[in-house]
Amino acid sequence: MLIKNGSFDKKWLMDKRKIRDLICTKLMLIITIIVSILFFLIFLILLSKSSLILGSESITDLLFSSNWNPSNGNFGYFPVIVGTIIVTGLSLIIAIPISLLSAIFIAEYAPRKIRKILRPFLDVLAGVPSVVFGLCAFLFLVPLVRDFIAPFFGIESTGLCLFTASITLAVMVFPIIISLCVEAFSSIPLELKEASLSVGATKWETVKKVIFRATAPSIISAILLGFGRAFGETIAVNMVVGGIPKVPSSLFAPTETLPSLIASKYGELMSIPKSESALMFGALVLFIVVLIFNLLGLILLRNAKKRWKL
Amino acid sequence: MNKRILEEKIFKILMYVSILIVLGSLFIIISLVVANGATSLSIEMITQTPTGGYYLGKSGGILNAIIGSLFLALPATGLAFIISLGIAIYLQRDFTNPSISSFIRLSLDILWGIPSIIYGVFCLSIMMFLGLGASLLAGIIALTLLEIPIITRSMDESIKMVPNGLKETAYSLGSTKFETAYKVVRKQAMPGILAGVLLGLGRGIGDAASILFTAGFTDNIPTSVFDSTAALPTMIFHLFSSPIPGVRQKAYAAALILLVIVLCISIISRFLLRKSSKFILK
Repeated sequence: MLIKNGSFDKKWLMDKRKIRDLICTKLMLIITIIVSILFFLIFLILLSKSSLILGSESITDLLFSSNWNPSNGNFGYFPVIVGTIIVTGLSLIIAIPISLLSAIFIAEYAPRKIRKILRPFLDVLAGVPSVVFGLCAFLFLVPLVRDFIAPFFGIESTGLCLFTASITLAVMVFPIIISLCVEAFSSIPLELKEASLSVGATKWETVKKVIFRATAPSIISAILLGFGRAFGETIAVNMVVGGIPKVPSSLFAPTETLPSLIASKYGELMSIPKSESALMFGALVLFIVVLIFNLLGLILLRNAKKRWKL
Repeated sequence: MNKRILEEKIFKILMYVSILIVLGSLFIIISLVVANGATSLSIEMITQTPTGGYYLGKSGGILNAIIGSLFLALPATGLAFIISLGIAIYLQRDFTNPSISSFIRLSLDILWGIPSIIYGVFCLSIMMFLGLGASLLAGIIALTLLEIPIITRSMDESIKMVPNGLKETAYSLGSTKFETAYKVVRKQAMPGILAGVLLGLGRGIGDAASILFTAGFTDNIPTSVFDSTAALPTMIFHLFSSPIPGVRQKAYAAALILLVIVLCISIISRFLLRKSSKFILK
């Protein structure tokens, strides 16, 4: 009887543990599924919200018309999209050489001790909030551009311009590109470098002809991911870009970027359904562009990692 | 021969220049914020809420933003921690087929890259659909979504490091998959998990774009989750937009407070990571 009782208890206990296991496992499965289709959900919501404007105006009009005048119901995104591409492109042109050379220095040239000191500094730079970046750019870069750089080229500028925004963005993407590149550079097999050095190549020749070639996919993916980050950066750009939706006439002219436009106009336009829908269309464009760049970058990165069997 | 050595030297100098540019920009940021913030920082600023004419240069402080930031970031990080732990455990080989988990990791990485303003717009759309406007709750949800991919991916990395032998021992003693994951693997990976959580907290507390519309803006300390609230990043943004120099000066003080909080979180997280790698069984 007692033994029977005991075995009954044990069986019941076993069942309780199994039930808990089952419940928790299923719960984790559900959460995982929800989060992994979250990006699809975001896409659907943005699409349904922008369906109003897509129904009344053609998509080519929205993307390629330069008439931005919300009070008259004209939503031409062309100047803003061009502004975003120029600001992001210029920031990457500034950031890529500096980041690559820094990454090479950290991965190949710097002594162990200095490397150990440098890493935390990069982490700190990566962790600085974007609003602080914007504030510092406003304090430091805006007067610099207004009083020195723009007059040097003979152009009048308020300092709130494309050039300032690009430099700010470049500093913001430094840590992303550098850390991804350092990881790539230090993951390639030592034999490759040794083979090159042993046939008499200088260190820089090894870097140029062996390391850069071996890690080319990783470098490109780092650039693509940096592009995605720069393209979507909102607050810091908003503070220094000038906020005028026009195709910029010079390097020192104010312009506007897509995320910055959403941030500054959403509060004022959200009460009118059509304007809100137009801004949602802007968010959809931003989402799709960033998604494509990130996806390309991530897939390249994965293939590169498989190549050197990480 | 000379040309090759010259090239080597030129590029070495260029490398020094670029690393100096990177470190110099960090140095400029920190020194600007400290120099400008310290002059206008006062006890009053962190112990009082704004009075009526605060944005016109009258007295008051930004206590509402500091409290608001904590009310937003701490619950969001807590929620994201619970959700992320579930996902990170589920991503392991014991639960999921590697080919499926690699797809889930890809989608998490994609989520990581989505601009925070998209999360803000997305959450506000959902909130409007539910009939709620800008509120503390909406801000918390936006930050939670923003933090989930960050926390999950770093938890995933540290949980992956747990040696298989440890799991096999637990299994051989008859524990279920969940018990092994929760009681053995989680405990072993705890310092790394906490470092991931702090990384998410640092990102959440500093992010402005996602809470710009979702959390709204007010001078009061929120009393319920349906109130709108101010936060440090949005407060900086508002103070900065003021045309009055004295008010703008306060934005630098707020930025100093924010920067100190973020730096502290980052230092603690680094310390935990170092500790975690020390005790990992190999």
